[in-house]
Amino acid sequence: MFATGTSPCASRKGATAREGFVLMSLPDPSFLIIQALNGLTNAMFLFLIASGLSIIFGVLGVLNFAHGSLYMLGAYLTHQCVSFFVDVPGYFWWAVILASLAVALLGGVIERLFLRRLYHREELYQLLFTYALVLILSDLAKLIWGTDQFSVSRPAILKGAVEIFGQYFPKYNVVIIFLGPCIAFLFWFIMLRTRWGRMIRAAALDRETLGALGVNVNLLFTVVFVSGSWLAGLGGALVSPVSAIVPGMDVEIIINAFIVVVIGGLGSFWGTFLGALIVGQVYSLGILVLPRLSMVFIYVLMVLVLIIRPWGLLGRSLQR
Amino acid sequence: MARQNWVLIAVIVLVGLIPASGSRFYVFLATDILIFGLFAVSLNLLLGYTGLVSFGQAAFFGIGAYTCALLKKKAGITFALAFPAAGLLGAAAALIIGMFCVRLTKIYFAMLTLAFSQIIWAIAFKWNSLTGGDNGIIGINFPQYLDSKTRYFYFTLTIVTLSLFILRKIVNSPFGRILTTIRENPERTEFIGINVKLYQLLAFIIAGFFSAVAGAIFGVFNHSVFPDILFWSASAEVLIMTLLGGMYSFFGPVVGAAVLLYLRMQVASYTEYWPLILGTMLALLLFFFPGGIVGFIQARTPKTANSK
Repeated sequence: MFATGTSPCASRKGATAREGFVLMSLPDPSFLIIQALNGLTNAMFLFLIASGLSIIFGVLGVLNFAHGSLYMLGAYLTHQCVSFFVDVPGYFWWAVILASLAVALLGGVIERLFLRRLYHREELYQLLFTYALVLILSDLAKLIWGTDQFSVSRPAILKGAVEIFGQYFPKYNVVIIFLGPCIAFLFWFIMLRTRWGRMIRAAALDRETLGALGVNVNLLFTVVFVSGSWLAGLGGALVSPVSAIVPGMDVEIIINAFIVVVIGGLGSFWGTFLGALIVGQVYSLGILVLPRLSMVFIYVLMVLVLIIRPWGLLGRSLQR
Repeated sequence: MARQNWVLIAVIVLVGLIPASGSRFYVFLATDILIFGLFAVSLNLLLGYTGLVSFGQAAFFGIGAYTCALLKKKAGITFALAFPAAGLLGAAAALIIGMFCVRLTKIYFAMLTLAFSQIIWAIAFKWNSLTGGDNGIIGINFPQYLDSKTRYFYFTLTIVTLSLFILRKIVNSPFGRILTTIRENPERTEFIGINVKLYQLLAFIIAGFFSAVAGAIFGVFNHSVFPDILFWSASAEVLIMTLLGGMYSFFGPVVGAAVLLYLRMQVASYTEYWPLILGTMLALLLFFFPGGIVGFIQARTPKTANSK
């Protein structure tokens, strides 16, 4: 639809009044590019969070509602660390590292102490336990940080903006757009080329057999949950300079992360990447086309994928 | 069985006497509990009896509430017609949504019901001209002949009792037994020549109908409808009620609704951190009382423990 307007300025002049009216309603292409880049930035955040959700589901078989809460805690902890280390050079990055590691640690505690005891139960119990965590963690965050809105300022070296086709785009977002694929490749490398990666993939297929082969599956599950939580925490930490840190950000992100993994395919790594790209663009460009319906559209997309390909665009078609 | 029926009649009579206490608070609370009790039992037809985890049951509750409210307010249709229409529209929506959902199993079923309910939430949230968007629909009056909290309470009691009576007949009928068989083992049920998907769809429609009936009562009871009642967390809350009471007993969900709503009322006057308490309660329940309140009592009572 927008691809036709490669040189709208030229065609606008020759167009009749009626056509001109239609073309005028199309936004400026450079604005569209910026909007697409914004969508890409959001997609990278979504990817960070959803990939953790996806790997936890793929290996542990647990759909973790509390993943959004871990993301929220990552953001709040970054705010806390930033205000703590404000005199240290490079304080933002230290805060990101510390906050994401703290969230990973919390993930480890949750898995070791609680979730582990529910693996043999029905899915409903696991689902509702992670929902109980959502309720508990959101109120704990309110108890600690109150209901005020926080924001973290961008690190000094990334404060400006770069000019793209006459529009300004924040440097920080550029870094995020590059960081997303880097982390994706890192995880892809770990999963495909390392011993741990092989074990994780094996656990996703058949945990009993893997255990029988002498692999410590319990430890493996903890490692997977911790890395998934770390990704959620990292997402929250990195989003803190561009998005307000408020109560409720957990519930908002978790549904979007669900949509991403469902569209891409539950447990599929590249599917999650693709799903994040799609959802990011639908939100940023869809809001220009039909502002009212972009939210409806994203759920319709999720429903369509579940009806036509329940295993997602890039997931394996297997009977679970 | 006969003894249980006498107990039930006694409970209904006792509940019916609540307005005699003269406490507006208890009448309000009892109406609320009755509505959510019906909602939770209708969900439990799927959850406990058919083994389908619906994570979007709030969609049908909301459809019922919005249909009744809109027909009354925008179309000027009388409550006597709008109320059954709400139930029927809930059933129709469940037919359409259910046709797609029953093709999936387990977590995918849950995700699809969640996705559908979010579509309906998004529509209610964004379609300002029809639903009022975030501001909802306000000023829905009681119909004239039910024009007091007490009268509306008796109306609710009648409808809920009738609905629960029908639902209990359904789960104890051969049809209900087949649903239980499907819960236990869908593959084997298929092998004995039963169309599992059809039975699941029928259960989904029945559940959708009664959820919508509960929603319709709720909207008029509160004189208002907001999109919140459609949001996925509302679906989660009714799941918690069901589990809290006990999903393997017919009246368990009603007990769950009563306990949860009563606690929320009480806690609300002390602290704003109700989710923290609910979350902790839910976690304890999942770890230590997986059968819910009724399941816990039944396990401690030797007589009923044998008959399960």
